Amino acid sequence: MKRLLQRFFDGRRPHFTPGGRLARLHPFFDAMETVFFAPAHTTRIGPHVRDSLDVKRFMTLVIVCLLPHLFFGIYNVGYQSLTATGRPPQFLAACLVGLGAVVPMVIVTYVVGFFWEVLFAAVRRHTISEGLFVSCMLFPLTLPPTTPLWQVALGISFGIVIGKEVFGGTGRNFLNPALTGRAFLFFAYPVQMSGDAVWTYMGGRAAVDGFSGATPLALAAAVESPATIQAVLHEAHYDFWTLFLGRYAGSIGATSTLLCLLGAVALILMGIASYRTIIGGILGILATAALLNLFAGPGASPWLELNPLYHLVMGGAAFGLAYMATDPVSSPDMEAARWIYGFLIGVLTVLIRVFNPAFPEGIMLAILFMNVFAPLLDHFVIQARLKRRMIRT
Amino acid sequence: MASKSSPAMQAFGQGLWSNNPIAVQVLGICSALAVTVQLRTAIVMCLALTAVLAGSNLIISALRRLIPRNIRIIVELCVISTLVIIADELLRAFLYDVSKQLSVFVGLIITNCIVMGRAEAFALGNPPWPAFMDGLGNGLGYGAVLIAVAFFRELFGAGKLLGVQVVPQAFYGAGYQNMGFMLLAPAAFILIGLLVWVQRELIERQK
Repeated sequence: MKRLLQRFFDGRRPHFTPGGRLARLHPFFDAMETVFFAPAHTTRIGPHVRDSLDVKRFMTLVIVCLLPHLFFGIYNVGYQSLTATGRPPQFLAACLVGLGAVVPMVIVTYVVGFFWEVLFAAVRRHTISEGLFVSCMLFPLTLPPTTPLWQVALGISFGIVIGKEVFGGTGRNFLNPALTGRAFLFFAYPVQMSGDAVWTYMGGRAAVDGFSGATPLALAAAVESPATIQAVLHEAHYDFWTLFLGRYAGSIGATSTLLCLLGAVALILMGIASYRTIIGGILGILATAALLNLFAGPGASPWLELNPLYHLVMGGAAFGLAYMATDPVSSPDMEAARWIYGFLIGVLTVLIRVFNPAFPEGIMLAILFMNVFAPLLDHFVIQARLKRRMIRT
Repeated sequence: MASKSSPAMQAFGQGLWSNNPIAVQVLGICSALAVTVQLRTAIVMCLALTAVLAGSNLIISALRRLIPRNIRIIVELCVISTLVIIADELLRAFLYDVSKQLSVFVGLIITNCIVMGRAEAFALGNPPWPAFMDGLGNGLGYGAVLIAVAFFRELFGAGKLLGVQVVPQAFYGAGYQNMGFMLLAPAAFILIGLLVWVQRELIERQK
């Protein structure tokens, strides 16, 4: 097998090296080859970091961590679809329906994303970055399963081109490309993306009577005092553990807090995600929600008295904190800055959810907003450190 | 392209392309965000600004030896605001509904950096005829960008051009939707950014 692949790549190499017919597409060849073989060339000038973790392995591990989300998302989309259309939600049938809904979105994302990346790589003569594979995996997982395919294509195009390539490609983007694409769709087609429309994939069938299909966050945003959000969610069969396990309508891959928790632990243990960002974010959410609890009372918005833990398990907060906020490119580099960055993401998420009726979910905008501030946070932390050093000496 | 022509034509060509007020000088962005939701308002704004700019350049250039240096900004503003008020009154008289849509932005031409910028940078140091052509070129250069941005915003945001439905109903039936984002100001920022990118790339190629 290995020899077969080797021969395949060696046979095609002349076309892609300078002077060959397809020399412009060399980045494409390079990307394909390094998927299968470790590159032979090594760094010639210092500094040398002796570590097995290169960008490719780094990104591949993130994708591996995302796969459970994809599989669970496929099952969940199918499960929601079957229950909504009044069919028995058996495991295999659910998986098949889910595959039909999710796989086209993933394929469209990869094809379109890859097209832009190859185009820019060929014109600008840089190599294809593995960050693309992660962005293209994250992007469909953050979308509701009802998103039309042309919108998926448009969203990932915007994310890759405006969010990343115009700034010079992976490593120079100050926004998370997948979230940029989602934010674009959110503002471009607000009816579908903000949670007002039904997010359950129907596959062309009619829903059963009494089906509402509202996501927990949309339900919560519509609760009127004196009813409490927890009671309304309970009535809709969204109790805490359902929300934690993730079998409810929502973005494809973002519903299960349990998987996010496992993924986050795995990423932290492998040294990829920063635990400072993630824990800072969780603390930010809990602290803000707990603070708002103090203001709860009759007549106040029902959001104020919501148990802080619910903020963690509803919607995409956990997914965003585990995979989006920890993006190594768009998050700060200093350790102290990461605490602040994560904490403020948590604070903003809760504030947007509670105080902005137009946006049921806040994590996406919170992360993008803090991405913009990441360099500033780094700057202040470095300044503070320099000042301390000046005093010491 | 204007290397062999007269100074007046050269000034005209530069404002239109190689020294475009929006894409190269990056002036007048504020109104470009505000009036480009529809093609109609963009065209009217383009005409109003071009008229004011050409007129103010012409008058200020003619007065350039009479204006005392210390109070030149005040004199420039007097000329510009007089012209803007005339333009505003004309719009109200003949294009009342468009004038209402443009609301304060016609009045705000006074503060448009392009007008002051061209008066300071060109009209004060050049004879009337080239100054007039410079104003014309810059006004049309500004208008060209405005109209291009408005074209895309109205087409994708509302499916219309000049208020006429151009995206066929069959598209909507097949699942196409208007892009609400295009009606928001950030869309103009992104479109202008893309236009600047394309234009600078083309200017690079010409060299």
